[in-house]
Amino acid sequence: MSTDLVLLAVVMFAATYPSRAVGLLAPGIERLPEPAVAYLQLVGPAVLAALGAVAVMVVQPEGQDPSFHVGIEWLAVAVCVALVAWRRNLLIGLVAAVALVAIARFAGLAALPA
Amino acid sequence: MRQDVPALKLREAHAAIPEEDSRRRLIVEALAIGVSAAGFGFVYGLSAREAGFSPIEAMAMSTIVFAGAAQFAAVGYVAGGLAWPVIALLTFLLNARHVLYSAALAPWLRDVPRPRRAVMAHLLTDEAFALSIGHFRRVGRTDERGYWIGAIASTFIPWNLATLAGVLAGGSIPEPGRFGIDIIFPAAMLGLAVGLITGRREIVAAFAGAGIAVTWALFVSPDLGLEPSVGVVAGGIAGPAVGLLVPRALADEQARLGTPESAERYAMPGSHIDAAHEDETHR
Repeated sequence: MSTDLVLLAVVMFAATYPSRAVGLLAPGIERLPEPAVAYLQLVGPAVLAALGAVAVMVVQPEGQDPSFHVGIEWLAVAVCVALVAWRRNLLIGLVAAVALVAIARFAGLAALPA
Repeated sequence: MRQDVPALKLREAHAAIPEEDSRRRLIVEALAIGVSAAGFGFVYGLSAREAGFSPIEAMAMSTIVFAGAAQFAAVGYVAGGLAWPVIALLTFLLNARHVLYSAALAPWLRDVPRPRRAVMAHLLTDEAFALSIGHFRRVGRTDERGYWIGAIASTFIPWNLATLAGVLAGGSIPEPGRFGIDIIFPAAMLGLAVGLITGRREIVAAFAGAGIAVTWALFVSPDLGLEPSVGVVAGGIAGPAVGLLVPRALADEQARLGTPESAERYAMPGSHIDAAHEDETHR
């Protein structure tokens, strides 16, 4: 059983822990400069949206350049986003997205992922 | 003692509920969030398995990193062949919001011995922040046991147990693509982004981040011989800068992350704190 990514987990811990600990262990840093706070507020939505968009819209068949992809996945993530915005419950959105894609693929209305 | 920290001011205004009553409510909320975290942890396990993580690797992520969004993102990074230093940078960016939670909780936890604060920091998640600061405000003082209950019962235990169940179940699904398992990752990323939006600046940053990332992946990465997923770095760094171009007067910001008020409206994944708060308001 592979354990290579355990080291990656340690690297990610090292990248995460300081953000969690800085306020609790360095009490002088309770108030950040306003521009830093404003930027930090926006980083999460930007990174997450970038990850989701690239995963849905960009495909790269082996040995070829990346290309723009349009498919049932767009509808699935749109349904997920709408449900999360409405119900504020991510799990409901994920279940709906998976169900939509699975039904479409079983019915032959959508292609399997490359 | 400093008097300008928001949590300390609010402490005086919300000191009406006995500790036992508040702790009972905390436990109910923690269990409710725990159910949701377990479901999310399960799909994380499935997703990690599909990306080729072994059970040990998936579990190492859930115990050592213990950050849902970053873990989901790591599934995509690894599948996309991203270099580890880039993964570390993106993880840092993605989890930088914890600085806001940590700073907001600091005035409440300053009397807790430093070694225990060090462990508390590892367990500080969106959910732990929302539950604990809501509890502290209700009782009007620090309740260390309340923090542990919120952090461990609501998230750490259900998240890890569900990860194990998901990664083991994922290995037994013959054609995961047919069941739509591949959609979990992008849907989770965009769903989590929605949970972090508190105003128009976040919306602009999210659209800009997505647009820049896709454009980079399609047109810049091939020319530079890079993986398409490197576009995520460009979008993640430049997107917030675009969002900041929205004037504060037009931002329509509601309950910024890290403020005690945000705990009342924000508890991803799940809406249980919202529901509990609304029930109390309408009573």
